[in-house]
Amino acid sequence: MQQSRAGGYHGIPCWIYAVAAAGALFVLLPLAAMAARVNWPQFIPLVTSESSLTALGLSLRTSAASTALCIVFGVPLALVLARSRFRGQQLLRAFVLLPLVLPPVVGGIALLYTFGRQGLLGRSLEAAGLQIAFSTTAVVLAQTFVALPFLVVSLEGALRTAGERFEAVAATLGARPTTVLRRVTVPLVLPGLASGAVLSFARSLGEFGATLTFAGSLQGVTRTLPLEIYLQRETDADAAVALSLVLVAVAVTVVGLTYRRHGQTGRASAASPGARLDGRQ
Amino acid sequence: MQATVDARGFDVGLELGPGETVAVMGPNGAGKSTLLSVIAGLLRPDSGRAEIDGKVLFNLDAGASVWTAPHHRGTALLAQEPLLFPHLSALENVAFGPRSAGTPKKTARESARKWLAAVDAGELGARRPAELSGGQAQRVAVARALAANPEMLLLDEPMAALDIHAAPLLRRLLKKVLAGRRAVIITHDVLDALMLADRVIVLEGGRITEAGPTRQVLQRPRSRFAAGLSGLNLIPGTLTAAGIRTAEGMEVAGHQDEEAAPGDAGQPGVAAFPPSAVSVFLNDAHGSPRNSFRVTVTDLEQHGDQIRVRAGGMSADVTPAASADLGLVPGMDVYFVIKAAAVAVYPA
Repeated sequence: MQQSRAGGYHGIPCWIYAVAAAGALFVLLPLAAMAARVNWPQFIPLVTSESSLTALGLSLRTSAASTALCIVFGVPLALVLARSRFRGQQLLRAFVLLPLVLPPVVGGIALLYTFGRQGLLGRSLEAAGLQIAFSTTAVVLAQTFVALPFLVVSLEGALRTAGERFEAVAATLGARPTTVLRRVTVPLVLPGLASGAVLSFARSLGEFGATLTFAGSLQGVTRTLPLEIYLQRETDADAAVALSLVLVAVAVTVVGLTYRRHGQTGRASAASPGARLDGRQ
Repeated sequence: MQATVDARGFDVGLELGPGETVAVMGPNGAGKSTLLSVIAGLLRPDSGRAEIDGKVLFNLDAGASVWTAPHHRGTALLAQEPLLFPHLSALENVAFGPRSAGTPKKTARESARKWLAAVDAGELGARRPAELSGGQAQRVAVARALAANPEMLLLDEPMAALDIHAAPLLRRLLKKVLAGRRAVIITHDVLDALMLADRVIVLEGGRITEAGPTRQVLQRPRSRFAAGLSGLNLIPGTLTAAGIRTAEGMEVAGHQDEEAAPGDAGQPGVAAFPPSAVSVFLNDAHGSPRNSFRVTVTDLEQHGDQIRVRAGGMSADVTPAASADLGLVPGMDVYFVIKAAAVAVYPA
């Protein structure tokens, strides 16, 4: 019997804490080890070198763009997956989530054979004067490809938690489906959408394999921060470690933001108890 | 309207006059909520058709396939829970219907203020739903439904989730707003049916088992469910000259109810009598004209200041003293004796 600080029974055996602590150390220890290797006197010059700043700027810009793309395509996808019923829905969900488990290099190759010069769409795009592979656009596409599932998963969960009852009431009050989406559905799942967007941004920021395969590593064009770190590691370990720490700092900030959002999600979903309006008895 | 939903064994036909309120009663799972969902357009029936004032809500009869989307129906729904949009203030919740109909923001808010005042919630406009009590929230929900100017109001047990202090206030409010309005209200409460509805229909197993003016259904129930609502004992059978004969061959003497349409012998009929008209004896008491049934006591329970004795599918009310004198316990064989004059017999 264990009593949590809030006074409720939680039933966690003592030994679970020990294993959990080992798990936490497994994540924290490498970060600490890396931080210990940082050449602190040289930290600022290393991080603010021209190539580093270019890479960081490119990373932030492309991640912002791919997050926007994730929202544009992910919101409709999540709505379709959470709200409608159709044949092949499970299959669609599986394919949308595939990039989560696919090695990013494979994603990069797949994108190359789609948008590359000899690719499925690439040939037509090339005829129209558009070259995507090995451009900044390719970076954004590669990041969107790997980050989209994060947004779809969090938003679909938020939509299912929110339920359809508010939407049903809104419809009986005379609201068109687009009005319901704009004034009811989206506001209700805003916390879930925000945390999904933050996760997508974080995933985009860390993207390496698909980017390298599909977009290459051209300084200022496609060499994002992870690629820059990998490159520096060959020649200047100190710079690689310093830049890694910058990436860790950005990631921690983003994750911190997500957790604050999660608190709000809990409050919003607590306001929707029970289920009656969907026609069930 | 007429509709069937095969998967739920639902087959119901219903007509409402303008300004008429119908109460829908019935056991859980009888299809009451299905009925409202079908009318509101949240559930697509397998067949049937419905219209309001010439506007076709749906027509899914052979060959036809007309379906009006919920937002074009003008059938506002008020559920057990208020379901106020949590991200909008009470005022914006009420203004939602008019805004959706294209009314400018300012006009919609004025109309919302008017409706909030009409439900005695004028001072709650700025509050968020989370800051309202259950009764307040449900009143705001009533205002929101009315502000949408619906042609028909659908109420799904609007009082069920309220505490006993908030319910009477809302009932009075609904009585005011439902007067002269076309509405369907699902309720488990006889009081709601009596106070709010002109007519009552009883749904059992997806079919209407009884329909009629509220008072008549409660006074002369034909279904076990309605008899239970009005607290009457009900024995079904076929009409005879002196009363009815049950399927098991038991004779029940009673008087033909003069208010009900007279029935011919051999026709299905019911005998109804209140538990207070039943006397309990240990021995068979003779004396005419009386009914005496040998029954086995199944349950005893407190009912007001009386003890309700349940036996043989009937109930009898006796005083606690009489119960003690008789030494009543479940499993005991007793005689239920009812004067024929207390038994109303009418065609089912």
